[in-house]
Amino acid sequence: MLIRSASDILPSEITPREVYLNRRQWMAGAAGLALAAALPDGLGAAPLSATKSPFSTDEKMTSRQDVTSYNNYYEFGTGKSDPVEYAKTLKPSPWSVEVDGMVGKPQEFGVEDLIKTSALEERIYRMRCVEGWSMVIPWVGFPLADLIRRVEPLGSAKYVAFETASRPDEMPGLRSTFPVLDWPYVEGLRLDEAMHPLAILAVGLYGETLPNQNGAPIRLVVPWKYGFKGIKSITRISLVEKEPYTSWNKQAPEEYGFYANVNPNVDHPRWSQATERRIGEGGLFVKRRPTLMFNGYAEQVAGLYSGMDLRKLY
Amino acid sequence: MGGRASAPARKGFALPQVPKIAVYLIGFIPAVGTFYAGLMDQLGADPMRTLEQTLGLWALRFLLAALAITPLRQLLGINLLRYRRAIGLLAFYYAALHLTTYLVLDQGLDFAAIWADIVKRPYITIGMATFVSLVPLAATSNNASIRRMGGQAWARLHRLVYPAAIGAALHFILVVKSWPPEPMVYAAIVAVLLGYRLVRSVARRAFPKQRTA
Repeated sequence: MLIRSASDILPSEITPREVYLNRRQWMAGAAGLALAAALPDGLGAAPLSATKSPFSTDEKMTSRQDVTSYNNYYEFGTGKSDPVEYAKTLKPSPWSVEVDGMVGKPQEFGVEDLIKTSALEERIYRMRCVEGWSMVIPWVGFPLADLIRRVEPLGSAKYVAFETASRPDEMPGLRSTFPVLDWPYVEGLRLDEAMHPLAILAVGLYGETLPNQNGAPIRLVVPWKYGFKGIKSITRISLVEKEPYTSWNKQAPEEYGFYANVNPNVDHPRWSQATERRIGEGGLFVKRRPTLMFNGYAEQVAGLYSGMDLRKLY
Repeated sequence: MGGRASAPARKGFALPQVPKIAVYLIGFIPAVGTFYAGLMDQLGADPMRTLEQTLGLWALRFLLAALAITPLRQLLGINLLRYRRAIGLLAFYYAALHLTTYLVLDQGLDFAAIWADIVKRPYITIGMATFVSLVPLAATSNNASIRRMGGQAWARLHRLVYPAAIGAALHFILVVKSWPPEPMVYAAIVAVLLGYRLVRSVARRAFPKQRTA
């Protein structure tokens, strides 16, 4: 696949290869120690070492406070501050992700092992919520494509299906009499979307392991799609032949499509998608900014959708 | 319509009377407090949205409180009629502040975007219609209007509060994703308050001799 680099990255900002390789070597040891110390009890954030990425934006990052206290994670309630309050009950360690379906080598991966065996990168991405707000978040993760290659997808695999943990004991939203969604939360990507280097599995943010409210211990980040595609606390990834169900599409098919690409020209039926509010900018007097096609990643991903009617396949 | 505002409570509820101005002073505390917290950066990650939603929620709450006054009097003998005008006007003032926040802080007075919202987004259309229907009620919430219009015509006009309550509850349901509990609870309260009036008026028509009020 031919990938051009983002136009907003200056060559001077890219860490030279030898520098980051050195750093990686040193950090690998440090990270191993830190993880061994911090992960077993599942409490608290552990530092992660990661190399810089040319895919990162240089826009001002949203504060860690806002990134970790203003969340949509309906398993813990529908309010934006519910996840930070109630997700403490989630036990993110030990954790394993089952990767199965149309693959040559189905496997169960422990998240600790994935962290140790993956080349972690910091990816500073824009995140655009379908509700009309956005953030800039420094994720730590690795390309989803790396994991998919490890299980050797068969030629018949066309889509990738994802599933969030379903743990009523740890997730109050799953115990509700009137569930807001059909649990467990599921999401999906076309295989070529999943293999795109911008699509990552994040295991951390701001240089540390993911807080529970942000989808610990491992979540999907697809920066050119609306935030709800970024399924959290993943327990299963399946390669499949047919387009998989996605939770919000099942809930309201007229409002949320399978693709959910950020698109200022296709409104949500109940609100405009032409503009967005950047969280942390301006307080009460926040100014809207125009939303960009594919959330500003058109240069890298528009080719995935050439010839498709994005009004119909929203 | 039954007893006057000055009628004593029937079942021995001797409620202490507070000056009506106190209702306004207390009623504006959420608005002032939230706006001040917003200026002090104490409203979380999305302060504009929090202010907008808080003002809208209080508008709905005051609307429900105004609608609860008649059932409270008829069912429990608690007479708060003398505060109803203040509570109803608070609902209007909060709706006006909610709308102002949407127009100025949320949309930045971008009238093209606002007009597109009003004609294309059902929840905005309904919200705007609800606000418009409250305007004549607020404008005639004074003794001079009651005298000029006559009690019956005035009461008929003020039945607009019923569709306004339905509109407000719908506006809340439509603005959220999925079906979270909070807007459903408010819609249920609206249904009870309006359903009570419907049942009572049907019953009184069917059994005219059992009228008590």
